[in-house]
Amino acid sequence: MFAKGTKRKFSDPGEEPALGAELGPVVRPLSSTYSLQRQSLLDMSLIKLQLCHMLVEPNLCRSVLIANTVRQIQEEMTQDGTWQIMTQALAAAQCPADRLVATEVLCRPSEALAAAQSPKPLPAGPEEEEEEEEEEVVVAAAMEEDVDSEANPLSSSSFLPAPFGAEPGWEDEEDDSEDEDSEECPSDAEDVPDSRRGDQVFGTFEIKHPAPPPDPALEELFSDVDPSYYDLDTVLTGMQSTPKMGPYDLLDSLSPHAAPALSTGTSCRSDLNELDHIMEIIVGS
Amino acid sequence: YPISIINKINVCHSEVLSFVTADIISTVEFNHTGELLATGDKGGRVVIFQQEIENKNLPQFRSEYNVYSTFQSHEPEFDYLKSLEIEEKINKIRWLPQKNAAQFLLSTNDKTIKLWKISERDKRPEGYNLKEEDGRYKDPNSITALRVPVLIPMDLMVEASPRRVFSNAHTYHINSISVNSDNETYLSADDLRINLWNLEITDRSFNIVDIKPTNMEELTEVITAAEFHPLHCNTLVYSSSKGTIRLCDMRESALCDKHSKLFEEPEDPSNRSFFSEIISSISDVKFSHNGRYMMTRDYLSVKVWDLNMENRPVETYQVHEYLRSKLCSLYENDCIFDKFECCWNGNDSVVMTGSYNNFFRMFERSQRRDVTLEASRENSKPLQVLKPRKVCAGGKRKKDEISVDSLDFNKKILHTAWHPQENIIAVATTNNLYIFQDKVN
Repeated sequence: MFAKGTKRKFSDPGEEPALGAELGPVVRPLSSTYSLQRQSLLDMSLIKLQLCHMLVEPNLCRSVLIANTVRQIQEEMTQDGTWQIMTQALAAAQCPADRLVATEVLCRPSEALAAAQSPKPLPAGPEEEEEEEEEEVVVAAAMEEDVDSEANPLSSSSFLPAPFGAEPGWEDEEDDSEDEDSEECPSDAEDVPDSRRGDQVFGTFEIKHPAPPPDPALEELFSDVDPSYYDLDTVLTGMQSTPKMGPYDLLDSLSPHAAPALSTGTSCRSDLNELDHIMEIIVGS
Repeated sequence: YPISIINKINVCHSEVLSFVTADIISTVEFNHTGELLATGDKGGRVVIFQQEIENKNLPQFRSEYNVYSTFQSHEPEFDYLKSLEIEEKINKIRWLPQKNAAQFLLSTNDKTIKLWKISERDKRPEGYNLKEEDGRYKDPNSITALRVPVLIPMDLMVEASPRRVFSNAHTYHINSISVNSDNETYLSADDLRINLWNLEITDRSFNIVDIKPTNMEELTEVITAAEFHPLHCNTLVYSSSKGTIRLCDMRESALCDKHSKLFEEPEDPSNRSFFSEIISSISDVKFSHNGRYMMTRDYLSVKVWDLNMENRPVETYQVHEYLRSKLCSLYENDCIFDKFECCWNGNDSVVMTGSYNNFFRMFERSQRRDVTLEASRENSKPLQVLKPRKVCAGGKRKKDEISVDSLDFNKKILHTAWHPQENIIAVATTNNLYIFQDKVN
């Protein structure tokens, strides 16, 4: 298997047909090669969506196509259960918010983002508006519509975040004033300090347990976990087939629900409650 | 031309034009007579070439295209509120049919469309009463006689002046403009909306298509191209990122959200992959000159549709099927998002589109023949016949074949144009424009 921290190179020959080609709608073989390739494609797609911190507005068509690809992967992974494992792994990762920058964007619920808006200070031309959201990762998965994404930033349904922009557009020049106030300022969101990002990642967890100081009990608990595991690359480039004792294993042993279930709307909510419960146990409050 | 251009592979190189600047060519368009060829580039500049026809009676007449006019159409802008640049790159140029001595074209960047008037001046007035030749005003008391100024010939000067600026109507990036056959209106399309303009009126446009969802989180499909029917002024089509084409009739309602026809080919389930949707995204749609067909370009193929048959195209041409096994890499390096254009020849018998490695392809419809040609300086000498190219997809590579792994994906031909009446084609590589023409024997 791949050593931790090593970036895998995506190569074509031999492995290509598994991903680039023809997968029917039936149950896919969960070979580790296929899973890794799929994971790699997912990571690549997420990074592509994220690399929009450029000077010029990103191409909406490209963003939509990438987001749809991510959605397809997500659906497939949900069907074979690997999605659940990954979200649990991300949820339990104890790294500081700024290292989870990719996942932060992924987990950012749209409502939390809406709360981060401020009205535009100046009246401006009509073209200002929703595209700002396109800079960020973009696209909420519509997989499970019934889950309240705000309460469950880590649920699979809101794994893909931030809308393409929420604001009404308009064509007439006359009609700009009322639209401005409702528009978003993603640039504001970007300038938000890390603690706020942390909020968005961990949702209610952060509210209850804001930035816990290094706790010797915690340190000991996670002492045999390799810290490089929480590097962005390794977190995103997927699980290893035989993981060491990782945080999600801990979750499993603590949780009353032993096996990770295929996620549904309600089970995601219960997972988060579970998480709270577990953290309460760990932190001892 | 009764002889098919493919018949003798007799395309010869007429002239190589290359731009000295580093700006990438972003659009190429002949005017309605083919006498003028306009190019737009990433720097917001438009360069127009004019056909100089040597004596047509000579057995080997050649047309030459020379620079006719150059002007800066769009400038970069900065949106201070979003802290984003608005690129000056010219996305599309469309010519208006000529009505008087001047020529008019529409050019657009991501946000603003401009109507430019290109006019010639070859005379200047001389002999003013009140002014000296250098422009200084004369002392009125010194004037003793009155004369009529005369126009004297001067060197030809071609002037371009912006006559209309159509702005502030697009939230998203404009990908298409199309002049209506009524010569009074035109459409502009961005990722989510299509607007209808009157050429005379700049402060108002009508929205005729809007596919923006109320909740942007539900956005899964965008508009990729749009065009008016060449003959029916009420009909337009637009293509989407999901591989569908919708035909709309503006007479049915003010907002053409309901299509009259939906063209979509069902997906081949054996070919399904994570990239299926991306490669089905249509990058260009063009009506045939006779208005009976339309052609679409997706990543791997060109399809010709009969406007009366919605469920599948009547013809499908594989442009570079050997790339199908490379889709993962092409996704990684973003090439899978390249937007290739396509074009018809004057009598709709041949279609043409670009590919990688500076290759471009022509498909002759009735004979079902196709050819791959290359646009490059090394391979094109004046009056030399272009040699057909072949890509070796697998197995043993024959001599003169190029293997897929040797293809240069940075050398892409996205923009091609065909003279409306003659067998003259314009092919744009990254920053070179090639003009090829049929050799008459």
